[in-house]
Amino acid sequence: MFAFLARRIAYGLLVLAGINLVTFLLFFEVNSPDDMARLQLGGKRVTAQAIEKWKAERGYDRPSFYNERASGLGKITDTMFFDSSVRMFAFDFGRADSGRDIAGEIERRALPSLALALPVFVVGLGLSITIALGLAFFRGTYLDFWGVVVLVVMMSVSALFFIVAGQFVLARVLQLVPISGFEGGADTWRFLLLPVAISVVARLGPEARFYRTLFLEEISKDYVRTARSKGLSDPAVLFGHVLRNALIPILSNSVAFIPLLFMGSLITESFFSIPGLGNYLIEAIGSQDFAIVRAMVFVGSVLYIIGLILTDISYSWADPRIRLQ
Amino acid sequence: MPVKPVLLLTDLFLFALFAAGLVYLRHVSRTPQLLANWRLALQRPAAGVAAVILGFFLLVALADSLHFRRSGPPHPASGAPTWSVETRSVLDAVLEPVASRQERSYSRPLAWLGFRKETFERDGRPVRDFPRLKFGGAHLSDPQSQWAGDAALRAAAGFLYAALGFALLALAVVAGLARSAGEPLGAALARAARGGTRYPVRAMLLTAGLLLLAIGVIASLSTGYHVLGTDRVGASVLVAAVKSVRTALVIGALTTLVVLPLAVALGVTAGYFRGWIDEAIQYLYTLLASIPDVLLIAAAVLLLQVKIDANPALFETALERADARLFFLCLILGITSFTGLCRLVRGETMKLRELEYIQAAHAFGVRAVAILARHILPNVAPIVLISTVMQFSGFVLAEAVLSYVGVGVDPKTASFGVMINTARLELAATPVIWWTLAAAFVFMFLIVLSANLFADAVRDAFDPRARLRS
Repeated sequence: MFAFLARRIAYGLLVLAGINLVTFLLFFEVNSPDDMARLQLGGKRVTAQAIEKWKAERGYDRPSFYNERASGLGKITDTMFFDSSVRMFAFDFGRADSGRDIAGEIERRALPSLALALPVFVVGLGLSITIALGLAFFRGTYLDFWGVVVLVVMMSVSALFFIVAGQFVLARVLQLVPISGFEGGADTWRFLLLPVAISVVARLGPEARFYRTLFLEEISKDYVRTARSKGLSDPAVLFGHVLRNALIPILSNSVAFIPLLFMGSLITESFFSIPGLGNYLIEAIGSQDFAIVRAMVFVGSVLYIIGLILTDISYSWADPRIRLQ
Repeated sequence: MPVKPVLLLTDLFLFALFAAGLVYLRHVSRTPQLLANWRLALQRPAAGVAAVILGFFLLVALADSLHFRRSGPPHPASGAPTWSVETRSVLDAVLEPVASRQERSYSRPLAWLGFRKETFERDGRPVRDFPRLKFGGAHLSDPQSQWAGDAALRAAAGFLYAALGFALLALAVVAGLARSAGEPLGAALARAARGGTRYPVRAMLLTAGLLLLAIGVIASLSTGYHVLGTDRVGASVLVAAVKSVRTALVIGALTTLVVLPLAVALGVTAGYFRGWIDEAIQYLYTLLASIPDVLLIAAAVLLLQVKIDANPALFETALERADARLFFLCLILGITSFTGLCRLVRGETMKLRELEYIQAAHAFGVRAVAILARHILPNVAPIVLISTVMQFSGFVLAEAVLSYVGVGVDPKTASFGVMINTARLELAATPVIWWTLAAAFVFMFLIVLSANLFADAVRDAFDPRARLRS
């Protein structure tokens, strides 16, 4: 177990190093700091001095990988790559163009993101499994047929439409909940109710349909026939055997997404003005702040890799036949 | 008037893809198993209906991909011909009568009055009232009493034309049926009406009829009104929605074109050769999968924007610039989404290479390339096909989301994402401006729903496990 974890973490670090190199090449080589400075300072009529000043403020006037003018270890460390990439492993992301500390901002925004994403994840998963199990129980009937039709229709509607229409009907016409915004404390749930409900509905279609397929696949297996032939009732087989076995792939698929919950949902957060990480990213893209985008790429990748490792662990937990080695 | 054809980057690839599709059709018609599977897929009524709708949208997209530039007045000094800076498509030319009739601002569908009150002169005195539209219902002298009758008359005329067209189409199809079965026309008609044909002819004809009806009525009403209203600058929403079809299909199709070769080549190589090649490819796709999709796309599109801004001379017209961005978006979307299929192909190849007949081929000294081409590729083809058709609708939906985030298509390109994005602000207005959202929703829903239904039928026909299940 320990050796397994150590190896996976080492591989994860290797992947992170690769990601860092890729984003560095994307942001600093394909697209030179001069371009960035021109974009930030605006237009083509920017003096060379202004560009140099902008670059010096951010340390972008140094060489990329190897600094000949520095001495000793400084040859490696006093470069753009080292400065902007290696420090990331210590979660030091430097400052945004607005002057704020990026790491502090990410820390502050992770909680609202989680407050939105966690209920969506839990309620969505529970509801999808319940509906899928219900459809599998009534398989071959009209209920199943029309249920699937409704799910296919739902998965053909853009999530954007669910948000726009839901916000319009529930918050504007019926005025049940606030249209958007966020507030800590006891009133938080009132702001979260609408975005959570809409996000759950938006992902119900594809998920419930996929889970129904998984349940049906499980039902056609031999152990189900054995269980029935020994006289177990249909519900007993479905809930006692099929559900438990089908939960293994469902749960191990979902575990990978748990760390990513911190990243929140781009679209929902931005529509409902929830000050989370997704919103942060959209703002960064809008103002073309490359430092923030690069930091978010790093954080997202770290969370994803943690998710992969958790998935492997959950496999062995859910299915005793799998050994970690 | 002489015209100069223009081949945009996405046009080129769209037509190449279309040609590849025709080559694949020929291949299918010569391979009995493939033919049987496709027949099975198309025998489903839902698949037939979806195919008719998708076919119609494909026609629209292809018409919108034939680009040209009109000639201008000859150069005053040298007399050399000059070309208009505006690149237009065949579809633009068809829609010209509607697109050229611009109002001043918002107007409701089929309206004859403006949406907001304006101050203007009437009978020599300034009044504040809803102004008459420049085009919508401008032919009516007393719209209050004439409007309903006029609209109904135009709709009825469109209905009649559509019914005539439908009758001709149905006659042609039934005649074809009768000829292939060698039975009289009446018997073929009865068989089709009863649903006794091998393919769902009745359902497909009905769908085509409904489509014709919609087109006929909308076209006929468009001679006097803006059927889906106008947007903020007074342009027809109908035109914007129809123009968005190409963007949606280009995103779906071109991204597939990027995903397919990348995923199949890397997956098969990794699964067959194993060893360090496998390790390297696995590292590559783990790396790409680790970066959240939206972030990678955002980063890449931001960079492209910087490049385009830095080199404005690279593109001759604004359309070419927007088109390059669309092409690049497909490319990057494909790179972020090939990892799933790659993993799938790798796993399947690993399973296949252990099978006895491939081991035998190996033992006989058949070269690896030959084994891959002759034995592995045909066997991974079904899962590749299934996952390709299943991904298509996802790409169409992704475009809308990316455009909302601001890293999608160029804001001047007509696309459903841009439409929904503008509709968001319009819904906050009082009274509500709902028609942009409704138009985008209906068009997008039709495309994605038919793509989903078609993909389902293909999966059920090609996946033996699914066939056992149903």
